[in-house]
Amino acid sequence: MALSIVADHASKRFTLRYHRTIKQITIAAMRKQKISDTFLAVNDVSFAIEEGESVGLMGLNGSGKSTLLKLINGVMKPDAGSVLTRGRIAGLIATGAGFHPQLTGRDNVYLNAAILGMSEAETRRKFDSIVEFADIGRFLDTPVGNYSSGMFSRLGFAVAVHTDSEIFLIDEVLAVGDKPFKQKCLARMQEIRDEGRTLVYVSHAAGSVRKMCDRVLVLEKGVLGFDGPVDAGIRYLHYEDSEDDVNSESSEESETDEELGADV
Amino acid sequence: MTTHPDAARATSLQPPDVGLASPFAGGGLFDVFRRRYLLKLLVQKEVRSRYQGSILGLMWSYIQPLVRFCMYFFVIGLVLGLHKNVPNFAIHMFAAIVGVHFFTETFSSGTRSIVKNKAIVRKMAMPREMFPVSAVIVSAINTFPQLLILFVASVAVGWRPDAGALLAGVLGVAIITVLGTALALLFAGMNVFFRDFQNVVATFTLFTHWIVPMIYPFSKLATSGIGQNPWFYTAYLSNPLTVAVLLLQRAVWLPTTLGKGSFPTNIYDIGYPTLPNHLILLGWLMLLVSFVILGFCQLAFQRLEGRFAERV
Repeated sequence: MALSIVADHASKRFTLRYHRTIKQITIAAMRKQKISDTFLAVNDVSFAIEEGESVGLMGLNGSGKSTLLKLINGVMKPDAGSVLTRGRIAGLIATGAGFHPQLTGRDNVYLNAAILGMSEAETRRKFDSIVEFADIGRFLDTPVGNYSSGMFSRLGFAVAVHTDSEIFLIDEVLAVGDKPFKQKCLARMQEIRDEGRTLVYVSHAAGSVRKMCDRVLVLEKGVLGFDGPVDAGIRYLHYEDSEDDVNSESSEESETDEELGADV
Repeated sequence: MTTHPDAARATSLQPPDVGLASPFAGGGLFDVFRRRYLLKLLVQKEVRSRYQGSILGLMWSYIQPLVRFCMYFFVIGLVLGLHKNVPNFAIHMFAAIVGVHFFTETFSSGTRSIVKNKAIVRKMAMPREMFPVSAVIVSAINTFPQLLILFVASVAVGWRPDAGALLAGVLGVAIITVLGTALALLFAGMNVFFRDFQNVVATFTLFTHWIVPMIYPFSKLATSGIGQNPWFYTAYLSNPLTVAVLLLQRAVWLPTTLGKGSFPTNIYDIGYPTLPNHLILLGWLMLLVSFVILGFCQLAFQRLEGRFAERV
């Protein structure tokens, strides 16, 4: 099997900026305060993922999961080390980020698909299927600025899951959308996994990670703390005893996660 | 590299047998032209959203230059009487206004382009040069109708194109496009880190109307006291924008002046001080300089773009 994603001592440093204007910088300098402070969001992370693997990426909030995903999908560039990938990358991350509120749903589908790397012919071929998946009916030809948040993200999801890619990334998938739509997404995600595409799945829900993935990476404050089988990874995180409330952002989301676990 | 196991998935853009590579797009302007379809959609989006909710719509891109033209024509031409010895002074001025307007619009909308699209820049991977380049194209689309008006107006006062005029016109537009793209790239990148740069650009564009021969003819400058100073004269002509404006005037204004006032009837008899010596050669040189600046700005952009996603 060929390698699909390789991180080699990858690090990403962020700057916390205390002072922005000349006045503030001058005052800080006079008081001998620090003018800027940095931290490593991703700290010397190395791993290799084979083609067709599905890997769960876990960790507490602020542990660097999203930054690592951004390094993998090419939005950010590592400051040290390297992240290499093979083939096209798509995913349920930042769905709808490229949507322009003044353009109609139809125009946005074409624009978003083009940003994700689809050609005009490819988009046209998949258009009906995208619209059917999003299920937003006659709102397709109204500006997306008028959409409800649910419709907005459904359209974003629909485009993303129709992108052909070798690598598929999933981050915070089920924060929005009603139950039937979530189930549709889950079914589609499993389809994607079964197609033999490489899957990287960020989730706090131990149940769904257990069902979707065959390997887990755990990040702790930017450092790769664990890389191995799913059950051991979940034990490492102490997620197994009380999945619903310990480390989730909100009770609403843990409810979602539980549901997701049950559905899968 | 081994072949891809799923050869049936041949619909993707990249060939199935691709090796490991950095996912961060770093192909620069070449990537932009490789993905022309995306560029086209971005340009369409800009054009459509620009005049959203305005009744006059695209008309606005004529109103501002038209008002400026009328104001200058009234004050400089009629009040100060500067156009007495300059036949078809209106064409002289309008040719410069079109060129300068294209440049300043490219420069300022290009500078704001990446910050304006921060929702995409923060989250989606694509060549970031797309945004400044689409700003340049949108500016060209907005300027084109003015160019048309300019041509109609000069034909009306007797413009007959000659080979030199066509070459000069193409060179002039090319210099502005390349230089505008270069500066749009550089300042768009720097503006991500410090929003001061969009104010720097706004301040700079104030000067552009005065440092090119627009409201005064070149001959006025060349024969003035300070214009006789070789250092000043060289510095003045070292500005690619000045040369581009002179080329545009050579293309559409000069052919309309033949035989009027003190102007000769053969266009090739016109030389210094109406125009600088070797204007076409100077034009080629400035185009070359603009391409060098573009190369430099592209390199600078590539160094900056590694931190766009977190800083924008």
